Amino acid sequence: MTHIISLTITLSLLWLGLSGHVEPLMLAIGVASVFLVLFITLRMEAVDHTRYPIHFTSSLFRFWRYLVREIILSNIDVIRRILTPGKSISPQMITLPLPQKSDLAKVMYANAITLTPGTVSVQLDRDTIMVHALSKEAADALETGEMASRVPDDEASS
Amino acid sequence: MMYAAAATAILVTIGLALARALLGPTVYDRILAVNMIGTKTVLLIAVFAFLSGRTDILDIALVYALINFIAVVAVLKLVELGYLFTSGDTEEQEAKPE
Amino acid sequence: MILEMLSWVFLVAGGLLGIIGGIGIHRFPDFFSRLHAAGITDTLCAALILSGLGLQSGFSLVSFKLVLIFAFILFTSPTASHALANAALHGGVKPQLDD
Repeated sequence: MTHIISLTITLSLLWLGLSGHVEPLMLAIGVASVFLVLFITLRMEAVDHTRYPIHFTSSLFRFWRYLVREIILSNIDVIRRILTPGKSISPQMITLPLPQKSDLAKVMYANAITLTPGTVSVQLDRDTIMVHALSKEAADALETGEMASRVPDDEASS
Repeated sequence: MMYAAAATAILVTIGLALARALLGPTVYDRILAVNMIGTKTVLLIAVFAFLSGRTDILDIALVYALINFIAVVAVLKLVELGYLFTSGDTEEQEAKPE
Repeated sequence: MILEMLSWVFLVAGGLLGIIGGIGIHRFPDFFSRLHAAGITDTLCAALILSGLGLQSGFSLVSFKLVLIFAFILFTSPTASHALANAALHGGVKPQLDD
């Protein structure tokens, strides 16, 4: 029930932010569209813990802050490698364990790996992940497992 | 002026990505280049909205960002499987994503 | 005035990063390493250009839309990259590895 309410609030804010109209007619149309989307979502049975996560906001923000720093640093690293003349890369294909318990945390970890340039998750299995890294340094940094430990997991925060 | 500079840089990037799309060599290189062109186009539309002073155009950039993603995934599926939709349930097993 | 300068810097830096990414997909030897070059243009380049625009618009509905565009790019681009890499691996593209 809390999921449905918070989804309704999110959808309404999204509509208001995208349209910016406050006339009665437009508001009525907006309310109608919010309820239509809500109806379709409920019919798809897509409102649950995984698809609409509201349960770990604070640790999520901490993870995002870490991720932004990581993205900027690895961007600079890849830019340096592009601009260095000659052979500047040493591609690696490594397999890492997935310590996360929930599927959502696994997907977030894989997405975080892909989002930082220099590492791309190639294949995701039940408890391992295959990563292509642009350089030995990037692969080593991932193998220390620092990013993995920062992904908010279900157990750690709720 | 600064919007024009940013738009020019984005156009150069699109040109480079287009060259990669034409050169290949594998079909995945081409899809990668097309995906990059799509992302740049979103940015180009956003810059153009400010360049022309009509910020309503940003809505188009929003929609384009979504369409671009769906298009790339659809093309990938077509390349990998050889078909997009199956008639009936004969090839249900193959159509399952990895 | 400072805002003007800052958004100049952001827009030009974003444009340069885009061009560097464009050079990167020509410079790197195989498909998987090109994927990383394209990753630059999806993350920092988009962030810089959109925040440069956001500084010009100030805090309004326009900047909300810019944030939303950025969020869409941020959510969809790793998924597209992963789908591409996975499809390439299954399609038989051999990555050039270095050990």
